[in-house]
Amino acid sequence: MAKRSAPEINAGSMADIAFLLLIFFLVTTTMDVNKGIERRLPQKQPPHAPPPPKIQKRNLFIIDINAADEMLIRGKEMKIEDLKEAAKAFVDNNGTGECAYCHGARDPESSDKPEKAVVALKTDRGTSYKFYLSVQNELGLAYKELRDAYAEAAYGKKYAGLSRESQKRVREAYPMIISEAKPVESQ
Amino acid sequence: MSKFKKKTGGEAPAISTASLPDIVFMLLFFFMVSTVMREVTYKVKIVVPSATDVRKIAHRSLVSYIYVGRPLPRYRDLYGKEPVIQLNDVIAKPSDIPGFVASERSGKNEDDAALLTFSIKSDRDVNMGVISDVKDALREAQAYRVMYSARKGSIRDNLK
Repeated sequence: MAKRSAPEINAGSMADIAFLLLIFFLVTTTMDVNKGIERRLPQKQPPHAPPPPKIQKRNLFIIDINAADEMLIRGKEMKIEDLKEAAKAFVDNNGTGECAYCHGARDPESSDKPEKAVVALKTDRGTSYKFYLSVQNELGLAYKELRDAYAEAAYGKKYAGLSRESQKRVREAYPMIISEAKPVESQ
Repeated sequence: MSKFKKKTGGEAPAISTASLPDIVFMLLFFFMVSTVMREVTYKVKIVVPSATDVRKIAHRSLVSYIYVGRPLPRYRDLYGKEPVIQLNDVIAKPSDIPGFVASERSGKNEDDAALLTFSIKSDRDVNMGVISDVKDALREAQAYRVMYSARKGSIRDNLK
């Protein structure tokens, strides 16, 4: 029998099919990725739990934000641009001299050591979310920089480049303790 | 005589469209890998705030979303103008969140349920009142892992 060549398939409609699929994906998907600031919420206390132990005033970094997005830190007004450095100075203060890796000013009015330093964040119900998130961001950055500096000194690498165990050790050196009180009702 | 005589009667050569499918497929694959399926239809307007210290969640299956924002114009008659919470496709009250948490956990095995993160995807212009209601409800449901959804950018964008 004579050899017949296979008829050529017309690929002209291929582009139409591809366009159809493309448009389907364009309308059903979004570009946004799951990015954000991760935090742990404080544990729920049982109703008759004993009151939490008192924290000394020097170990508390009270951030008070009102409904107009104005911020008081330890009773003094502060701009958000200065928050990160203030938080770093507070956590890294090393008031008792027990913390061998701290570089703080050893101010007796500031925190004893990083494990004891508590950041207390108080907001108003009228505080804007974007300001709150900016504050959270700056606090996160303050801890991140302290941890990076510690990791650099101890392991010669940034925190992100360390193994899991080393990361845990760095986190224990600078534990992030942020306590959030229930927002107050504005008058 | 002239070398540069205009050709007359010559038709313009047809442009080959043979590579058109390739180009379109390339675009298609780009969109397939760089985008994600929409989870829900938004009933609230959400423009997330900017932050610099953002992290990406590794496991997409271990994230549930809670949307907070003002209702879109076409839902204003139903839900008003004040910021509301959206769970899946419905507008909800803070008291509905523990039930939502339980239903999100029920579909997963025990280990995954413990690792479930609730992403608070909120508009930048809402107040802390509604956000703290959400957080209280999450604590009530013992869901302690939260993520405040943000895009990468200077916090200065938030303060404008």
